[in-house]
Amino acid sequence: MNILFRYANPHNFMRLSGALLPFTGMACPLCLATGLFMAFSVPPDYQQGTTVMILFIHVPADVVAELAYGAIAVCSLLSLVWRHPLSDTAARAAAPFGALFTALGLVTGALWGKPMWGTYWVWDARLTSFLLLLFLFLGYMALWNAIEDEARAARAAAILALVGAVNIPIIKFSVDWWSTLHQGESIMSGKISPVYLWPLLIMMLGYVLLFLTLWMIRIRTAILERRSRSLMQGATP
Amino acid sequence: MNFDMSPYGTYIWPAYGVSAFAIAGAVVWTLAGWRRAKARLSALEKKK
Repeated sequence: MNILFRYANPHNFMRLSGALLPFTGMACPLCLATGLFMAFSVPPDYQQGTTVMILFIHVPADVVAELAYGAIAVCSLLSLVWRHPLSDTAARAAAPFGALFTALGLVTGALWGKPMWGTYWVWDARLTSFLLLLFLFLGYMALWNAIEDEARAARAAAILALVGAVNIPIIKFSVDWWSTLHQGESIMSGKISPVYLWPLLIMMLGYVLLFLTLWMIRIRTAILERRSRSLMQGATP
Repeated sequence: MNFDMSPYGTYIWPAYGVSAFAIAGAVVWTLAGWRRAKARLSALEKKK
């Protein structure tokens, strides 16, 4: 817990993120390029044919969407319970990227579903809970913008984020709890062939690094904006 | 590398196109926000 509070200081966060960004910023395109090269070299799947290619961008988008919501929920908890000074800023900064990757997961999933299931959309437990995730991100952002007082907005948004966190295990286990059209878990259970697994894992790493890079830049931007506001109000930043 | 996605190219290429467009947009939006905030802060600091 101490380490979290050490980097809760905006000055320390700027220093740490400034040191990390060159590495994540370089590793991300490297992973994405390698992952894409490997993805475009795999043979068509015996059941899915070439549509297996969509999974290399669909699964990483889904993983990052859930990661972003998890990050918001953890930051919200830190904000509500321990009054962690940077956590509200960090939670708010993650939301637009979470919404973007959720939307990408839904769109790429629909484009995979049409040739494989014969439809772009079904009210299946996994798809519906994932659509709910998009609404949670949009609601979270709308709540931040709807309340003028920043402290009250942060508190209300944090409560919404924590209540909505119940959706994350529902998304994860929906394929086990209900009889769904969406296929079950295949990465951890070892059902996926290494030919497809490695490009998928590298693409997932690339997407996670992309999210971390953009998230850190957004938090840094919010810190600078706060300093600007303080200067304009004549207070010490 | 194999770019022949037949017979599902009409689904695969739009999926890649939308993803590339959205990711590029997010990168541009994030960097533009950072530059704007940096420029604004340095202008305010100079004024002080």
